[in-house]
Amino acid sequence: MFSNPDLWKFIFGRLTWQDVLPETIVFYTFFVVAAGGLAVLGGITYFRKWGYLWDEWITSIDHKKIGVMYIILGLIMFVRGFSDAIMMRAQQAVAFGANQGYLPPHHYDQIFTAHGVIMIFFAAMPLITGLMNFVVPMQIGARDVAFPFLNNFSFWMTAAGAVIVMISLFLGEFAQTGWLAYPPLSELAYSPGTGVDYYIWGLQVAGLGTLLSGVNLVATIIKMRAPGMSMMKMPVFTWTALCTNILIVAAFPVLTAVLALLTLDRYAGTHFFTNTAGGDQMMYVNLIWIWGHPEVYILILPCFGVYSEVVSTFCGKRLFGYASMVYATIVITILSYLVWLHHFFTMGSGASVNSFFGITTMIISIPTGAKIFNWLFTMYKGRIRFELPMMWTVAFMLTFVIGGMTGVMLAVPPADFVLHNSLFLIAHFHNVIIGGVLFGIFAAINYWFPKAFGFRLDPFWGKVSFWLWVPGFYLAFMPLYALGLMGITRRLNHFDDPSLQIWFVIAAFGALMIAGGILAMFIQFGVSIMKREALRDVTGDLWNARTLEWSTSSPPPEYNFAFTPIVYDHDAWWDMKMRGYVRPLEGFRPIHMPKNTGTGAILAGLAVGFAFGMIWYMWWLAALSFLAMVVVAITHTFNYNRDYSIPAETVALKEGERTALLAQHA
Amino acid sequence: MLRKLLLGSLTLPVMLTLSGCNMVVLHPSGYIAAQQRDIIIISTILMLLIIVPVMILTALFAWKYRQGNRNAEYRPDWHHSTRLEVVIWSAPLAIIIALGAITWVSTHTLDPYRPLQQINATQAVTPQHKPLTVEVVSLNWKWLFIYPDQGIATVNELAAPVNTPIDFKITSSDLMNSFYVPALAGQIYSMAGMETKLHAVINKPGVYDGFSANYSGAGFSHMNFKFHGMSDADFTGWVEKVKKGGDDLNVAAYEDLAKPSQDVPVHYYKSVAAGLYHDILNRCVGQTRTCMDKMMPKHHGHDMESAGMKDMPGMGEHSSHMAKAAGSNSGAMAKD
Repeated sequence: MFSNPDLWKFIFGRLTWQDVLPETIVFYTFFVVAAGGLAVLGGITYFRKWGYLWDEWITSIDHKKIGVMYIILGLIMFVRGFSDAIMMRAQQAVAFGANQGYLPPHHYDQIFTAHGVIMIFFAAMPLITGLMNFVVPMQIGARDVAFPFLNNFSFWMTAAGAVIVMISLFLGEFAQTGWLAYPPLSELAYSPGTGVDYYIWGLQVAGLGTLLSGVNLVATIIKMRAPGMSMMKMPVFTWTALCTNILIVAAFPVLTAVLALLTLDRYAGTHFFTNTAGGDQMMYVNLIWIWGHPEVYILILPCFGVYSEVVSTFCGKRLFGYASMVYATIVITILSYLVWLHHFFTMGSGASVNSFFGITTMIISIPTGAKIFNWLFTMYKGRIRFELPMMWTVAFMLTFVIGGMTGVMLAVPPADFVLHNSLFLIAHFHNVIIGGVLFGIFAAINYWFPKAFGFRLDPFWGKVSFWLWVPGFYLAFMPLYALGLMGITRRLNHFDDPSLQIWFVIAAFGALMIAGGILAMFIQFGVSIMKREALRDVTGDLWNARTLEWSTSSPPPEYNFAFTPIVYDHDAWWDMKMRGYVRPLEGFRPIHMPKNTGTGAILAGLAVGFAFGMIWYMWWLAALSFLAMVVVAITHTFNYNRDYSIPAETVALKEGERTALLAQHA
Repeated sequence: MLRKLLLGSLTLPVMLTLSGCNMVVLHPSGYIAAQQRDIIIISTILMLLIIVPVMILTALFAWKYRQGNRNAEYRPDWHHSTRLEVVIWSAPLAIIIALGAITWVSTHTLDPYRPLQQINATQAVTPQHKPLTVEVVSLNWKWLFIYPDQGIATVNELAAPVNTPIDFKITSSDLMNSFYVPALAGQIYSMAGMETKLHAVINKPGVYDGFSANYSGAGFSHMNFKFHGMSDADFTGWVEKVKKGGDDLNVAAYEDLAKPSQDVPVHYYKSVAAGLYHDILNRCVGQTRTCMDKMMPKHHGHDMESAGMKDMPGMGEHSSHMAKAAGSNSGAMAKD
């Protein structure tokens, strides 16, 4: 059968034996990943947990579980992205003079591309989306998101995108183009392999999930707020989530479109971005940054929301300048669409165009500065408890201002001409993404973990992680600022000047400290699970917090609130506590809830099949998978068995248990 | 807390002073780069006016209002002060107004397309200063420098006399690169089928690093060259040396050179085929294809006629603009 090359080609497209595990290092990676994967799958089978996983998690439409799954996905992919980072730091620390390092360009170029793609799309985005999914419905007093099935589908599409990118480790290659795949390098003529196709289809599949989740959360926040919660009484985190999801809905279609045009260039021979026949590479660069710049605000805005919640909770104070915080968020949302050109001042635009985009960029620092001052004056005359979320917040305030400053420097076009694409730029955006987004995610995980699981995270290992991360960050990235001022550009895999080596060695040492910080965080998770009884919180309001999610039990029941709360002021839960709120103990009514469905996971699985078929030119597989997706989607519309009622007695029973528990610990 | 403050606020300046001498961006040798350096320093100082107080206040408040300090005042309901809000918004605004003005002016005076006005801070460019023209082509993965007035070309070596305006015309054979000599002036992208420009001057003799600052694939890391700033006499000597030791850069030699190669040694060409740079820019080396500047007006006219849009007002203007964009006299993007 396999002696017939035409048949082989029909079945397997361009996949050959040479594409399986092409590099030695990948070979080892494969064994580590495969052994880990087998251990997990074997464990699930051994403990007979497949049914539990399918019923309780994979098919779940509960926004809290979906939020948790997003965060788990984000953390797993974060580890993958970080291994890429460590490999790059190691290569740059040794590849001087005669030593070419251990990574040839073919491999090194894939690693820095994968690092960027994975960290943005499959680590930061799922972490942020997961947080919003978990927190927002509870903060607005809702029982779920507006479209629960869509939420499950969105998550699985994001996971499918991550799976597609991970397959590239073992079959074929990943893109060697940089994380934005600029043409003409990403065109078929210069990147004929499967790398760019993995990139395109991974992002298209995950991007669909992100877009739908954006639509879902916008609808949720607009339509499902508890009675009395007017827009100006929404918690700040919900405000930032609203703005972020509006940005997602407006920006991601641009990414979809520009990737679709690149796809046509690669698959259908069109000339949107080619060098010949009227193609225009500058059009691609403009379009991808029209998505790309809002994207960084999509990541940072919810973290600004996290810091706002954390600061007011741990300072025991109402947030200073709520209204100005909200308007600052809205201004940033709008301005984030007017700055994209600052990513390529050096492309030859005229001086007036460059100045315009430079100045709009600087203007963003005004509302951002106002936010920093608002957090600062929330601390002023507060009573600050330095729990982990607050520690991360203070670390953020001190770190982020440096990143903000270097960002404004890069926004001045004449300065950008000498700093563009240099390691100074790399230091800048890691300064804001680690110091802003990641610190915010760590604050959020430590803050909301007890809400999700009913016990808090071990503070000792959390502090170990913190004290490795923060100095580790400075050691890893401050040398890159210096190297940028020495005129060293990014993405190099070899250097001639030996005097630079010390800086790269310091940076590599910083990266090792960060590795320790990540390890400590996972130890923190493990230790906390083992010590969960000692760390348990029965009150549901561990931090004496201010917003509605803390008014219910930890972990919350699937219906979140037995009675929809009524809101009179912002910081609704604080207001309820101040007014001597008493939990209702009777009068429960049946609660109408959506039912689990496996359609989301099945559709996402078929999307992986479709993408794999497109990447390897297995047209039969792509066509079949696509057809199956259409059939499954249409079939799902005939599923009328999609909701159920939790009987009043069940609600009474659950609330009764909580009443007893609260009385026992009173 | 204090430890973080120390790390945060001291690391950067300490590092800056520690290695001041090899920070080429802060100690350039060309007047354009020197002005760009000044902008970096001015903008840093302007922003430190606000950053430093914020960092000090953060550390101070974090310390003073810690839970353990029961002597500190505690006002749980204090959350608004109009006076403070005005300061919070207007202080950054004032800084940005100042920086915005600097940005507008400096972006225009340091526009790489703008012909050089000053040799250095004191000496203006006069008609006696005859600029040196260099046509720069990024190939996979090396740099080709064509000197049309001298009739020579070099690979991976660039030279220019000091205190003479240099007019760079920049394009690419295939991939997007960025032409950057940090000691001389800021960078500009090189793109196929398009021309970008850079006007600069080197004020001190010396050997400086130049490289591609935009990733372009496998051979990118070795796509670097030396830029020699020389006295007039030395430059004349260098041109003679190239003329004596070099080959002919005819179409065949160019096509050979344009093939992908990595870590390419310096090479000299004593002559250059007529119109080679024009043909590279218009993607018609060897005349096997129609040059872009010849092709576009013709095709546009034809397409418009067949589409029946001949009389559309403005279309004629549009097609002539397109032709110009591909021609050798215009920038990558239409200048404002």
